[in-house]
Amino acid sequence: MNENIIAPENLVYEKSKLLKDNVMHYCPGCNHGTVHRMIAEVIEEMGMEHDCIGVSPVGCAVFIYKYIDVDFAEAAHGRAPAIATAMKRLNPDKLVFTYQGDGDLSAIGACETLHACNRGENIAIIFVNNAIYGMTGGQMSPSTLVGMKASTCPYGRDVELNGYPMKISNILAELEGTCYVTRQSVHSAAAVRKAKKAIRKAFDNSMAKKGTSVVEIVASCNSGWKMTPYNANKWLEENMFPFYQLGDLKDR
Amino acid sequence: MAKIKGAVEVDVLHCKGCELCVHACPSNVLALSKNVNEKGYAYAYMQNPEACIGCASCAYICPDGCIKVYKVKL
Repeated sequence: MNENIIAPENLVYEKSKLLKDNVMHYCPGCNHGTVHRMIAEVIEEMGMEHDCIGVSPVGCAVFIYKYIDVDFAEAAHGRAPAIATAMKRLNPDKLVFTYQGDGDLSAIGACETLHACNRGENIAIIFVNNAIYGMTGGQMSPSTLVGMKASTCPYGRDVELNGYPMKISNILAELEGTCYVTRQSVHSAAAVRKAKKAIRKAFDNSMAKKGTSVVEIVASCNSGWKMTPYNANKWLEENMFPFYQLGDLKDR
Repeated sequence: MAKIKGAVEVDVLHCKGCELCVHACPSNVLALSKNVNEKGYAYAYMQNPEACIGCASCAYICPDGCIKVYKVKL
């Protein structure tokens, strides 16, 4: 029976041809892989594979250039929006996007991000917010929730000592330079479809020179959170979504 | 109503056994195999192939893009 179904003419879904065959180095169940796949699919749909430059972050996703078959540059920690600014200004016809984590975008690169968004550079920023520094061993990041455990706050984030978690996308939405700021997630198949549409819109805005687009993906880091991938996604739904509410923060 | 039958093909080499597809499947088709791939991960397979409707939920959720989905109308 299955042999009859598995035939090229019946194919309804396969991964994008822009995703290389390398086995990703991410932990099993890591949301980075899902976001990479969405980006590859959107670039393929737009037919921009020869006119696209990505800027990879520092963090787990630093190796994104090994997985998506488009041009990439590697920026110093947090400096991706600055590098992308130069690229987009020098190559206005190219699709330029940055891929950044929460430590990269909201801690070390907060200055670059704020100013690039304030200048309204025509770039798309994909911001993967997993509330932790995943690669370096699960340290607290600016977006770690109050009470959430991390290796540098083993008893949970304490407001007195560590301050409040930062909703950087809300701050960016207030800036005049941004045209589209949205918060999405990839914890379910429906959410993945929505996130893909948001990425498409951000990339379209970038090509239409409307300003900076920011797509925040609220993601899980199951290894950093010390959970199974499924439980991490559950935890994400129960604890992250009440604070980081999904939906469009700005669209013009 | 036309009956829809689906099938998935899992890229065993790329699968890391994260089980997200198993939970994402609305018809409980997928499960993790007792066998492991060359990296030592138990990979996903179709435990209950008759129930598959080809909705591609598993493929959308898969972080490693290792699921191909096929669908036919009978």
